[in-house]
Amino acid sequence: MRIVVASGKGGTGKTTVATSLAQVAAERDAVRFLDCDVETPNAALFLHPRLDVHRDVGIRVPRVDPQTCNACGTCAEICRFNAIAVVGETTLVFDDLCHGCGSCTWMCPEQAITEHLLVTGSIDSGTTPDGIAFARGMMNVGQAMGMPILRELKKSSPALSPTMTVPPRRTLEIRDAPPGASCPVVETMRGADFVLFVTEPTPFGLHDLKQVAAIARELGLPAGVVINRDGIGDAAVDAYCVESDLPILLRIPMDRRIAEAIAAGSTLVEANLDDRHRFRALLERILAEVTV
Amino acid sequence: MNVAISIAGQTPDAPFDARFGRAESFCVVDTDTGAWTFHANPALSASGGAGVLAAQFIARLGAQAVVSGAYGPKAHRTLSAARIECFLAPGNEARSAAEILDAFNSGRLTPADDATHGGHHGD
Repeated sequence: MRIVVASGKGGTGKTTVATSLAQVAAERDAVRFLDCDVETPNAALFLHPRLDVHRDVGIRVPRVDPQTCNACGTCAEICRFNAIAVVGETTLVFDDLCHGCGSCTWMCPEQAITEHLLVTGSIDSGTTPDGIAFARGMMNVGQAMGMPILRELKKSSPALSPTMTVPPRRTLEIRDAPPGASCPVVETMRGADFVLFVTEPTPFGLHDLKQVAAIARELGLPAGVVINRDGIGDAAVDAYCVESDLPILLRIPMDRRIAEAIAAGSTLVEANLDDRHRFRALLERILAEVTV
Repeated sequence: MNVAISIAGQTPDAPFDARFGRAESFCVVDTDTGAWTFHANPALSASGGAGVLAAQFIARLGAQAVVSGAYGPKAHRTLSAARIECFLAPGNEARSAAEILDAFNSGRLTPADDATHGGHHGD
């Protein structure tokens, strides 16, 4: 089962919730954790994996064999990103415009195009001290497209570690989504079984919750809400959840000790025993929502 | 020779458009015969790579020289590969295409031997 933790607004506590959820799940389940925020992955700061496998990933960009190319212009016509230009007898490729879709290679009537890996980022994976199989994608500095890295990250499920003494009940994948409500968030949700929204009871939190809730609805995914910093702001998020039939599965109070624990690199469940019960209950609620 | 000028309109008195890739239109003038043609720029609403697309467009129109206000690195590379000479006209006054043509014919425009800015994409 695959659970996505998303929010829309940044800084609402996606990683805070996702890492604690992963730790309680790892008590009895085999857990994979994917940090899908490829622009600024930070879950490793809390789960402390040993990242011992590093892999370069990227997009496949075209290279044109000038001997075979007859400058017919088909590739330039087919490229919706204008990453190939044909002028006179010359075919030019602009790697930084290419999205790696492969259409030019596919359509070239002379088969003059081959594809080469242009490295745009990397995937690091390993195991956490609690036996969570962990992987994160990371974009290289100067790159503008996170999607190719995200797709590779989803394909490369890190191997589950055999540290558990009892057989796991089931296999869970937890994806920590990027902030926002654009393509990378949609891609993170695609193929998942449940989306957990982490929001805060503020107008900004509500505004972005509506956006990500609309994406999950469009994808037909069941969803629930965690209200973080409960007690600040107003009751508009509560009202929205009621009218949208979104169950509120957990409330995390506004508490200075939480900020202190996070600043020290701890998860919520490590910092406070009481939270472990609450996160176990959250996981059971999620499983119940999916199996309804 | 055929010279292309980036303009905002479809007549010789249309104002000069200092943008290259996102110019509204191009006129192409045959400096030997004085014949003008006007063409809407297909790159105007491109989501990316407008300079590359506009450069290919004026190459197909048969231009051997182009006058605009700025050239990005990819536009300049494409124009150079098409052996189109790039000239710069300052874009802060709304001069007409006809006035730009006069300046070109009298050799008062500066050639742009390289891109004039670092581009609008990615890094």
